[in-house]
Amino acid sequence: MHNFAFHKPGSVADAAKAIGAASDGKIIAGGQTLLPTLRQRLAEPSDLVDLGAIADLKGIKAEGDGVTIGAMTTHAEVASSSVVAGAIPALAHLASHIGDRQVRHRGTIGGSLANNDPAADYPSAVLGLGATVRTNKREIKADDFFQGMFTTALDEGEIITAVHFPKPEKAGYEKFVQPASRFALVGVFVAKTKGGVRVAVTGAGQEGVFRAKEVEAALGANFSADAAKGAKVSADSLNSDLHGSAVYRAHLVSVLAGRAVAAAK
Amino acid sequence: MPTVKMTVNGKAVSADVEARTLLVHLLRDKLALTGTHVGCDTAQCGACTVHVNGKAVKSCNVLAVQLDGAQVTTIEGLATGDTMHPMQEAFRNNHGLQCGFCTPGMVMSAIDLVQGKPPLSESEIRAGLEGNICRCTGYHNIVKSVKAGAEAMQAGKGR
Ligand SMILES: Cc1cc2nc3c(=O)[nH]c(=O)nc-3n(C[C@H](O)[C@H](O)[C@H](O)COP(=O)(O)OP(=O)(O)OC[C@H]3O[C@@H](n4cnc5c(N)ncnc54)[C@H](O)[C@@H]3O)c2cc1C
Ligand code: FES
Ligand code: FES
Repeated sequence: MHNFAFHKPGSVADAAKAIGAASDGKIIAGGQTLLPTLRQRLAEPSDLVDLGAIADLKGIKAEGDGVTIGAMTTHAEVASSSVVAGAIPALAHLASHIGDRQVRHRGTIGGSLANNDPAADYPSAVLGLGATVRTNKREIKADDFFQGMFTTALDEGEIITAVHFPKPEKAGYEKFVQPASRFALVGVFVAKTKGGVRVAVTGAGQEGVFRAKEVEAALGANFSADAAKGAKVSADSLNSDLHGSAVYRAHLVSVLAGRAVAAAK
Repeated sequence: MPTVKMTVNGKAVSADVEARTLLVHLLRDKLALTGTHVGCDTAQCGACTVHVNGKAVKSCNVLAVQLDGAQVTTIEGLATGDTMHPMQEAFRNNHGLQCGFCTPGMVMSAIDLVQGKPPLSESEIRAGLEGNICRCTGYHNIVKSVKAGAEAMQAGKGR
């Protein structure tokens, strides 16, 4: 890993200033994705700005019709939160299955969303629930936030401060784990909301997380596990690799959607 | 060079480190605490697991400078004098190790997993140790050790 200048600001405003002043500055949150990247020398930032000392970015609170989670809240904190378990149990369930215990103790929701790994878990919950990503500049709707693998609507140096999740009527998440990496080979988040059924899929799409319109239509007509399993999902824009073909992944989308409906609370 | 201050195994430590220094390198190279092992260096294997503020983390995947002010416990900090921690004792009694390379990380993860919890089932222990890889034992005796260690910790024979 190349060396860099390290900053640990106490406020979001100071963090934005530090990023702005650096020639090639990067934010570090839990570091669970960034540090392996730096160690492989896939990136060589001049400065790292650690968000770890900014109290405003941490914590979970009930807000309006849902839950707001600070960007620096760890996966372990979301998994064990009674507020999350009460409002959106599927979200706590999802967080408790990210990576392993050690990763969950450091990794954060803000880091996961900014990174937008095509096999990460949180993007499916944010898109499935129609959440809103809040930054130091604006609010971004989930449908506009994810823009292809490892790509988001965030501007250079823009900082995620929190995510607001509206409470669904019911939601479920099922993940088929890729056993070596623990990421999702395919993960499906199903939410029955006032505005209709939303189904978001991670791990399968060539462009990262996406909404499975075929399954949404089937579940909109009949919210049942059988309806989800019966929905035909096109393999056209899905991934094929040594872990599974696009056709296999398409099949998993309907099967996992069915399981997510059966488990939905 | 940045200075980091932390408490390691109950002792106050202050060190000048390059910003890029990983916690595991501070522990092993500067503090000579070589019980914490580096197995993969890619954040996969868990051999480098230590406790930071009481929680298991992979010390190869965190910068020392991120942990200014933290409480760190390594495998060297578990025993009380000559008396091993009940989880260490359980690994010895149940043949929970062969080459021993993964063992410090396994013990640190196991303590974090069972601490303050009602008894876990075998499958919960297996799932709870998913961040730690062992190339020797086939895990069977590790799971037995963790179960026994948890019981001994509950029985108040240790922490
Ligand atoms: C062994 C292992 C297994 C894993 N398994 C899974 C898994 O099963 N599922 C899964 O979803 N993930 C998995 N992960 C990834 C993990 O969840 C990471 O914690 C997460 O993707 C990144 O969060 P972080 O806080 O560690 O971010 P960092 O690594 O610190 O940062 C990641 C990126 O986001 C940027 N960033 C961070 N915070 C912000 C912010 N607030 N605003 C703007 N930009 C920001 C950084 O600049 C960087 O580019 C795994 C990781 C490891 C090491
Ligand atoms: S050396 Fe840290 S996880 Fe393998
Ligand atoms: S005992 Fe050899 S790696 Fe686990």
